[in-house]
Amino acid sequence: MTTGSLPDAEITLGRLAEKMRDAVAFDAKLIGIYSGGAWLAERLADMLDGEHPVGYIDVSFYRDDYAQKGLRAKLATTTLPFEVPGSRIVLVDDVLYTGRSVRAAINELFDYGRPDSIELAVLIDRGGRELPIEATYVGARLAVARDLSIVLQRHLDGRLELSVEPAGSVAGA
Amino acid sequence: MHNPQLNADGELQHLLTLEGLPAEIIGRILDTAVPFVSIAERDVKKVPLLRGKAVFNLFFENSTRTRTTFEIAAKRLSADVINLNIGVSSTAKGETLLDTIDNLVAMNADMFIVRHGQSGAPHLIAQHLSATNRSHIHVVNAGDGRHGHPTQGLLDLFTIRHYKRYFRELTVAIVGDVLHSRVARSLIHGLTTLGTPEVRVIGPQTLLPTAVEALGVHVFHDMRQGLAGCDVVVMLRLQSERMKGSLLPSAGEFFKHYGLTVEKLKLAKPDAIVMHPGPMNRGVEIDSAVADGTHSVILPQVTFGIAVRMAVMSILAGN
Repeated sequence: MTTGSLPDAEITLGRLAEKMRDAVAFDAKLIGIYSGGAWLAERLADMLDGEHPVGYIDVSFYRDDYAQKGLRAKLATTTLPFEVPGSRIVLVDDVLYTGRSVRAAINELFDYGRPDSIELAVLIDRGGRELPIEATYVGARLAVARDLSIVLQRHLDGRLELSVEPAGSVAGA
Repeated sequence: MHNPQLNADGELQHLLTLEGLPAEIIGRILDTAVPFVSIAERDVKKVPLLRGKAVFNLFFENSTRTRTTFEIAAKRLSADVINLNIGVSSTAKGETLLDTIDNLVAMNADMFIVRHGQSGAPHLIAQHLSATNRSHIHVVNAGDGRHGHPTQGLLDLFTIRHYKRYFRELTVAIVGDVLHSRVARSLIHGLTTLGTPEVRVIGPQTLLPTAVEALGVHVFHDMRQGLAGCDVVVMLRLQSERMKGSLLPSAGEFFKHYGLTVEKLKLAKPDAIVMHPGPMNRGVEIDSAVADGTHSVILPQVTFGIAVRMAVMSILAGN
């Protein structure tokens, strides 16, 4: 597929927010998975009704491919400015693919305590799951060839954009 | 020249010395340590990176603090830690260093943390592992003779960067017994690699290595002159065993000339930080009012030391 047939990230984000608006708990905390999910969590906190504190999670220490790949990517610090035990949490990520990042994020969250519930919101679900994980809220569903990665970028003015890159050129995916 | 610490891809295979370690690798270790600091504040102070790995703490020389911080670091990475106090076991029975290593490899060791009284011992172990095709086993130097103590150097660099940000703008003074200090040697190599424009060593002639200027530092025998305008003051421990020889008249005399007091610290910049690798001799190299004062970052150094050692181990084990 070409970049031209990718959905517009801003419109897709609007759709995602629409689906979440009446469904997400009024006190839900949004936790974005670095880096794309972190940008989306910040935007969603503004778009949804009510107060939704935003946290950030870097799953590098919990990835299951550490033995093969080591610590490669530039690391960010997991920052959760609220108590996890007893919280209703929405994990936010840009692209849901194998499900391995989400597995790692859930594992990391539990090392902060026992949340009341965890939901998952993703901008794009591209299929191809290797674990029994599904998103609660999805902006758009896409079929993408295995040798391609979908990447979310943020422009200087804050505008989000999706692009396609050869797989393997991006850490994480 | 081949750097025995790096593998064929230029990645860190062992951590033996900061001498000749590229700035980008030092920077990467420091960057990786940042997210590890906050793990200590969580409910579960553990990440699963080294789950199932066996880390052997091989201490041929006593050091409770260094051994403990390595042990905590390895445990926070979920490794299994085995502490061996070699000085009182196998070596005493006549086993050679490399036979000890071979035996531990046969117990499926994944990493050796080595403290040894002889300079170069960790290097020898790393060479032995490479020569016998077992280079997937990593070696970390936890202090060897007078040579180096790279993780202490790295935690000092981490602390300086945490409080002062840019090495290229800093004046750093290292004060006291530089001659016997592997900590000083490692720190000097790290600071110069990262582009610190002014590194000073301050001490009496008898406690400075000959030709120390060759490391790119400025030498001061007068502490007041040396402290002027410093951003960072690193005090070294005056090892009491050194007092027996002819190097120094007395601890009291040393304190008078090279002990850090509130009054002398005023010669440094107003926001200067004071560091010490520990264990401290209060009233010998540092006054209690300074050690417990607002400029002191001696205890944060200890905390950062765990994060830095976690970073080193997790980078090594992934390569």
